[in-house]
Amino acid sequence: MATLEIKDLRVSVATDDGPKEILKGVDLTVRAGETHAIMGPNGSGKSTLSYAVAGHPKYEVTGGTVTLDGEDVLEMSVDERARAGLFLAMQYPVEVPGVSMSNFLRTAATAVRGEAPKLRTWVKEVKESMKELEIDPAFAERSVNEGFSGGEKKRHEILQLALLNPKIAILDETDSGLDVDALRVVSEGVSRFRASGESGVLLITHYTRILRHITPDFVHVFAGGRIVESGGSELADQLEAEGYVKYTGAAEAAGV
Amino acid sequence: MTAAVDKPHSHGAVVPEASRAEWFTSYDVAAFEVPSGREEIWRFTPMKRLAGLHTGAEASGAASVEVDAPTETTGITVETVQRGDSRLGAAGVPADRVAAQAYSSFTAATVVTVAKETQVATPVTITVTGPGAGKVAYGHLQVRAERFAEAVVVIDHRGSGVYADNVEFVLADGAKLTVVSIQDWADDAVHVSAHHARIGRDAVLRHTVVTLGGDVVRISPTAAFADKGAEVELNGLYFADAGQHFEHRTFVDHAVPNCTSNVVYKGALQGDGEGDTAAHTVWVGDVLIRAAAEGTQTYELNRNLLLTDGARADSVPNLEIETGEIAGAGHASATGRFDDEQLFYLQARGIPEDQARRLVVRGFFHELLMKIQVPEVRERLEAAIEAELEAVGA
Repeated sequence: MATLEIKDLRVSVATDDGPKEILKGVDLTVRAGETHAIMGPNGSGKSTLSYAVAGHPKYEVTGGTVTLDGEDVLEMSVDERARAGLFLAMQYPVEVPGVSMSNFLRTAATAVRGEAPKLRTWVKEVKESMKELEIDPAFAERSVNEGFSGGEKKRHEILQLALLNPKIAILDETDSGLDVDALRVVSEGVSRFRASGESGVLLITHYTRILRHITPDFVHVFAGGRIVESGGSELADQLEAEGYVKYTGAAEAAGV
Repeated sequence: MTAAVDKPHSHGAVVPEASRAEWFTSYDVAAFEVPSGREEIWRFTPMKRLAGLHTGAEASGAASVEVDAPTETTGITVETVQRGDSRLGAAGVPADRVAAQAYSSFTAATVVTVAKETQVATPVTITVTGPGAGKVAYGHLQVRAERFAEAVVVIDHRGSGVYADNVEFVLADGAKLTVVSIQDWADDAVHVSAHHARIGRDAVLRHTVVTLGGDVVRISPTAAFADKGAEVELNGLYFADAGQHFEHRTFVDHAVPNCTSNVVYKGALQGDGEGDTAAHTVWVGDVLIRAAAEGTQTYELNRNLLLTDGARADSVPNLEIETGEIAGAGHASATGRFDDEQLFYLQARGIPEDQARRLVVRGFFHELLMKIQVPEVRERLEAAIEAELEAVGA
């Protein structure tokens, strides 16, 4: 069973005034079959956690450990982490002009699976996943994320999730900027992914509305660079009612 | 892709010495002063590395020119002619001293003619091999497409030595000519070349320059419209490594109404080095819309991708418009570093770094490669780009 274990993780970013610590000792364990939601106000460091685990060079790990099934994730390059079974659905997927979506997907699948998928089954697999996510087949020949709307980008992140089938998926504000319809499609995609019970999901969100589609097993409140409270899904209801004021001292509602 | 360090191009910062309309031209080298390198048209060029092409270097060797025309079609004539041939010089007049030197110095010219209403599906390949290391040669080539002729011509430059030449494209009314000029020289080669195109009524020229190898390569393609309704595409793709200087100077002269031009040049630069040992590319794109050229549609674009620190790309678009009655005119230029966010995104999907870099660079050139409709040429260029990336272990 896959387990992502984060212990006392401390992360800094470089600023004009020198390094600034964003994560101040994060402890979190995500096991296969579990869905964790991390909620918190803007600027609390939620996204930093996802990027640091994925290995973005901007974030410097200054302390703590991250392991996947006992393997040291922090020692791995970005692509090694992905091949080890980590996946990050990004809040702002990057455009790559001139590289077609189909070429990108196949190259990624080949890298993650360790061999090129057989063409015939691959084409079928991609078509079915695109259909489930209500993506127009014409997108396969468009450049990666280029000129996609916010909703189209998020659908394609979930398409990659479906095709790469990681052990642990981190979804960084995948729900933000989605209309009701797109939110449903994306949530269904995540639900299909976790239905196998063999994968863990870490859902990072500012809002509670996605949690009505995807019920988390655990909810963690993130504030000031660490987890300040953990509970079951009832904690999300409480946040919706009371906002983050209790944790930040400032009046900021958990948006719906 | 270039968002990280996009900076404005030098539009407005450089004031041309004179309108492009007033540039001096002559077939006679003696009519030009020896350039010092400070002149606007030479200011980017490393004159010391030109092996005297600009100071009157005499020919000490000869380049070989071989024409491989498809055998299944008639209608292609290949001739070697002497300098007195009245057809020579029809597409344009040299506008700088090296072009005039080449015009004054060549001994024999190659003329390839596609007969009227002939359609040639297979490319005509013209292989130009340099005179050899340490030798200087001058040449002249003319490609003629008669009325409604359609053909593809690949000019393949390879080998060693110093070579200056004029290449002419004469398109009669309704002709459609596709040209791919590949500069894949050995590391020592110096090549200064002026391309002159004269485009007849409703004719279409698709001209692509691909510069991959050589010490100094400077290509100046000029397209002039002879009559209405014509169209020209000037495309360029270059890939410069440490120590290489690749310079491309395009000029589209809109002197008649209702013509269309589109210029797209893209380059990648890589390799460690400083000053003369760094990779250096120059693109200067001049477009002149004369008063009579109503209904002109023109656009030019230059993009440069810096793969390593130290490389330098200069990019100067110049658009002169002498009439308000045009359909459209625009330009864009940007030089940027490799985008680390793209790299992160691809790697986060399991794609190893070297492969991710190649994907991004291939993507950068994709638009241009798709414009090359000759599959074998496109495949060769794709392979050449891969080889460039392999060379530095990118």
